[in-house]
Amino acid sequence: MLRYTIRRTLVAVPTLLFISFIIFAILDLAPNDPTGNLPLTIPPDVREQIRAGLGLDEPFHIRYLLWCKQFFVNEPLNILEQSFGWQFGDGERLRVTSWATRSPVVDLIVERTPQTLWVVGMSYVVAILIAIPIGVISAYRQYSWFDQFGTFFSMLGFSVPTFFTGLLFIIIFSVWLGWLPSIYDTTLVVDDWSSFAQQMKQMAMPVMVLALFNAAQLSRFMRASMLDNLNQDYVRTARAKGLKERTVVLIHVLRNSLIPVVTVIALGVPQIFGGAIITEQIFRVNGLGQLLIIGIQGADIPLVQTLTFIFAVLIVFFNLIADILYGILDPRIRYD
Amino acid sequence: MLKRTKLLSTIAAGAMLATPAMAERGADGQLNILYWQAPSIQNPYLSGGTKDIESSSLVLEPLAYYDKDGEIVPALAAEIPTVENGGISEDLTSITWKLKSGVVWSDGTPLTAADVVFSGEYCMHPEGGCNAASNFTDVASIEALDDLTVKITFGVAKPFPYGPFVGTTAPIIQKAQFANCMGAKAPECTAENFGPIGTGPFKVVDFKANDVVQYAMNENYREEGKPHFSTVLFKGGGDAASAARAVLETGEFDYAWNLQVEPEILIQMEAAGKGEIVNSFGTSVERLMVNFTDPSSTLGEERGTVDHPHPFLTDPAVRRALSLAIDRQILVDAGYGKAGQVTCNVLPAPTAYASTANDWCKTQDIEAANKLLDEAGWVPGSDGVREKDGVRLSILYQTSTNSVRQGTQAFIKQMWSDIGVETELRNIDASVFFGGDQSSPDTFQKFFADIEMYTNNFDGTDPEKYMARWICKEIPSPANQWLGNNMPRFCDAEYDRMSLEMGKTAEPADRIRLAKAMNDLLIEQGAIIPLIHRGDVSARALSLGGVKMNSWDSELWNIEDWHRLK
Amino acid sequence: MTDLAKPGEETIGAHRSLWMDVWVQFRAHRGALVGAAVFAIITLVVFLGPIFYTTDPGYLDYRAKNLGPSLAHPMGTDNLGRDMFAQVLAGGQVSLAVGFAAMLISLVLGTLIGMLAGFFKALDGPLMRLTDLFLALPLLPLLLVIILVFRDTLRLTFGPETGIFILIVTVIGITSWMQTARIVRGDVLALKEREFVLAARSIGTRPTKILSRHILPNVLSPIMVSATLGIANAIITESALSFLGLGFPSDFPTWGRLLFDGANFMTLTPSRVIWPGLAISLTVLSVNFMGDGLRDALDPRIRGR
Repeated sequence: MLRYTIRRTLVAVPTLLFISFIIFAILDLAPNDPTGNLPLTIPPDVREQIRAGLGLDEPFHIRYLLWCKQFFVNEPLNILEQSFGWQFGDGERLRVTSWATRSPVVDLIVERTPQTLWVVGMSYVVAILIAIPIGVISAYRQYSWFDQFGTFFSMLGFSVPTFFTGLLFIIIFSVWLGWLPSIYDTTLVVDDWSSFAQQMKQMAMPVMVLALFNAAQLSRFMRASMLDNLNQDYVRTARAKGLKERTVVLIHVLRNSLIPVVTVIALGVPQIFGGAIITEQIFRVNGLGQLLIIGIQGADIPLVQTLTFIFAVLIVFFNLIADILYGILDPRIRYD
Repeated sequence: MLKRTKLLSTIAAGAMLATPAMAERGADGQLNILYWQAPSIQNPYLSGGTKDIESSSLVLEPLAYYDKDGEIVPALAAEIPTVENGGISEDLTSITWKLKSGVVWSDGTPLTAADVVFSGEYCMHPEGGCNAASNFTDVASIEALDDLTVKITFGVAKPFPYGPFVGTTAPIIQKAQFANCMGAKAPECTAENFGPIGTGPFKVVDFKANDVVQYAMNENYREEGKPHFSTVLFKGGGDAASAARAVLETGEFDYAWNLQVEPEILIQMEAAGKGEIVNSFGTSVERLMVNFTDPSSTLGEERGTVDHPHPFLTDPAVRRALSLAIDRQILVDAGYGKAGQVTCNVLPAPTAYASTANDWCKTQDIEAANKLLDEAGWVPGSDGVREKDGVRLSILYQTSTNSVRQGTQAFIKQMWSDIGVETELRNIDASVFFGGDQSSPDTFQKFFADIEMYTNNFDGTDPEKYMARWICKEIPSPANQWLGNNMPRFCDAEYDRMSLEMGKTAEPADRIRLAKAMNDLLIEQGAIIPLIHRGDVSARALSLGGVKMNSWDSELWNIEDWHRLK
Repeated sequence: MTDLAKPGEETIGAHRSLWMDVWVQFRAHRGALVGAAVFAIITLVVFLGPIFYTTDPGYLDYRAKNLGPSLAHPMGTDNLGRDMFAQVLAGGQVSLAVGFAAMLISLVLGTLIGMLAGFFKALDGPLMRLTDLFLALPLLPLLLVIILVFRDTLRLTFGPETGIFILIVTVIGITSWMQTARIVRGDVLALKEREFVLAARSIGTRPTKILSRHILPNVLSPIMVSATLGIANAIITESALSFLGLGFPSDFPTWGRLLFDGANFMTLTPSRVIWPGLAISLTVLSVNFMGDGLRDALDPRIRGR
């Protein structure tokens, strides 16, 4: 397993470089433009100057290599300098700079990560906590009223898109009842109980919307996988050996059924960091998803490239974790 | 008592006294403003859109701005220079501004003419990518005559010299702060671009890019007792409908900007009784551009160029019929409500410039349109679509993605089908459509469609540059990298002559006459089919006073007067 | 699972009765029957309905805007005066077609890649890195590039509607197969070490046969779940695409689009969101129950009972 992990990690480096190149090429080819949101009163020749000022007149490969240098060399050096107080050269390094804000992209990401982890991460935890019990019980009592209700609920949760549930929640809880704020206050500082309560209140709706959506999906995979395993021979054997039903289901069957669920969760965790574009947009949570969509709408290539690449790293990393977990959940799986 | 308070507050910079004086600076607490596009920078010269320019107008001020009636009024200038008061030279090649005396930046240092000169140099630097560069067209030099006097000299005679430093797009920035941020260095000055020091009523306290700005009142603001609010929260992001909801229905915010939402939704929200819709009209016109060239993709590199005239839109009868067939009032009612008016002019305002020669278009006349087409030889084929010599009246009609625009498209498609014209609709993401990316076929400049629709306007009140968009030289083509403003590819010698003449005419009455004649020519020829004179729509909470909607400049132009109604 | 490999019971006459068997089992599954019935009704109404209900979904009657349900307009009208019922019918044809076609593409791609990667060690690395690449691609810019490159060609070759249909289905299909592939692979990795596969291998069964006869039936349940989720996903994604200008023209209703356009009118004319929303949910729900039934029917352990 260790050798496999090392080999996979080594393969990941060229893979990620290749991915970064493909992403850059796509962003470059995409027909949107950083001057697209400027007022139409600004004449075309001025727009051309603005583009040149952003460095868009350089050839493609130069811009890609420049990004690589800024991201792989300058930014890490910068982090080292800041965290250890070391000094490399004169400290005058070009960082990856957003075109819209003209500020370092990494700073923007650092500023926004906490909100995304709070809101989207919390929603994922809630989703897992809801989905796994529902999936297990639904499978164990297949076609019971609980199962039918769970099925109905999760299908509803998945087939109704978040732009709709988000708006519905706002109309119910903010407009009609007036219980929860419809706009996330990103300047709120949590330092006492009342501001903590405020924070919980403003997180409630986005977390609910996302948890509903994710739980729907997870519980379906959990249920299906449990059903596959409940009829296996080893379950019969375990029962025959006189193990308690609880032990059989929760230890043996659940463990063996987790493989697809682990896969789905591993695919979902990078999305936590990626933020939830639509939900963050509806509730105006200043998370990474909102940053990404603003970047895409404004054709802010350095920002989108950096964010997307960080997601790519997370995707590769968590898929590796999933593969390792498979081996732990089912020792028969071997990669070497 | 009042006098004493005033005196003390001047000395102690608003020190709190027990008496609740009317004119106490910052007495009204916090103001919450919501823009559905989030500001990404506080330096308007490097901005990516209106959101940045208007949010930074709380901090930075120009020499003069346009008030809600489109009049130029002084901000940092002592008075508006004119030929009469000697501020503008007789030959129209220079303008001399006098600054108000005693104005200080929010850091306490005095504003001088050197700051103005610097702001001009900053924006005119060729490597800076300044987006207000067109305000400085033809500027030969900007020089400080003394500490409070600035002379701007133009390379040519400028009948309308109020480009530089007039309007919030071109404000004065502090030399001391931005001295090291010239040209290529401009984008690297993050701290400066995020927190410019200004002379306006507020100063930046905290800026979270693409999300929220927090402002506090500027203790050194030149007007006594203003601003009324002590802090401003400027939140961005989301969409227009939910921004309207936050002011009108939940009351979480005091002001929301640019609410282009279907009118019935706004009316329903307004009924909740927490806020009201405010609007005003500037020069924005939603219009159809008619393509005079053939956009067919079979032409390859030469599609959309003047060498290939359009197969049927070159027929004046067709263009006139298309305009006659449209019931503009329905378009207004369905998509704009109070924020729109039927118009037949591409230049609908200021009032003096609005022509009445084209009012035939105000009423739909399907019969007349059909008659025109019949006479021109376009006869309905078996499927009801008119054709002549194998050419079918089949139109590809493109615009940017926006639910109101798609509604308008659907109506026009139906109205045109009544005169035997077939329409295919296409909508394109706004950042692509208006983006001008050379590799994209979907930009409004390339115009690879038969008809396209969007809104355009001009800054300020002078239409000279605006009307010069439709001269032959402005036709976009591969030769000029499609960088042109003449989308219809309209070319008329008489039009070019009038445009040239306007550039030399200073007499207002003559300028008005020329602008009207140019407008009428465009409409008569059918190069542009105007639809709706669009207003700006915002929402204010009922408790917010002092809001005066302004379509000629930043909507927040008079924010120092905004106050809480008791 | 040993049943499948057990000689005699299964193999004798399997070709004659396997699908018959499946059908018998499927019929006995109450949820599956209800699901199939609901789905059949939706399909029939959507495709045959316009023959009886002849109102033009694109006709704008401005005086009749924002109406609630009435005899003339069973589902009311929208803000431009279009009849909602006619739009839901017309939208259903597109949404069902897009949903199924895109789901099938993504399912076939995902299952194939997942099985190959899980079963053949040599293919695992390259195929999974390919999956990583697709997972990492920024979707919106990718879509913009795809429009740029293919739209005009497809429009010329197949006409505006068919061309865009092909484009949308392909785009959704090729950008949503990764989850299925990862899940199938995970299951195959575990399955291929099971006794019955080892047994099949040891008697010299060809790998393709092992995959199709022994492995595929055992990964069907996650695939069925993916199928159900895939349809919902495709119907919703389609509406996001039209918003970008990649989808069908704006006067071309689809369920996702109706729901999206109606969202802001939720409190004014609730029928604008209830009906399209209900249509999507019912379709997904009925497909889910059919999937359940199919899975149970194909499961040899249950089938015997």
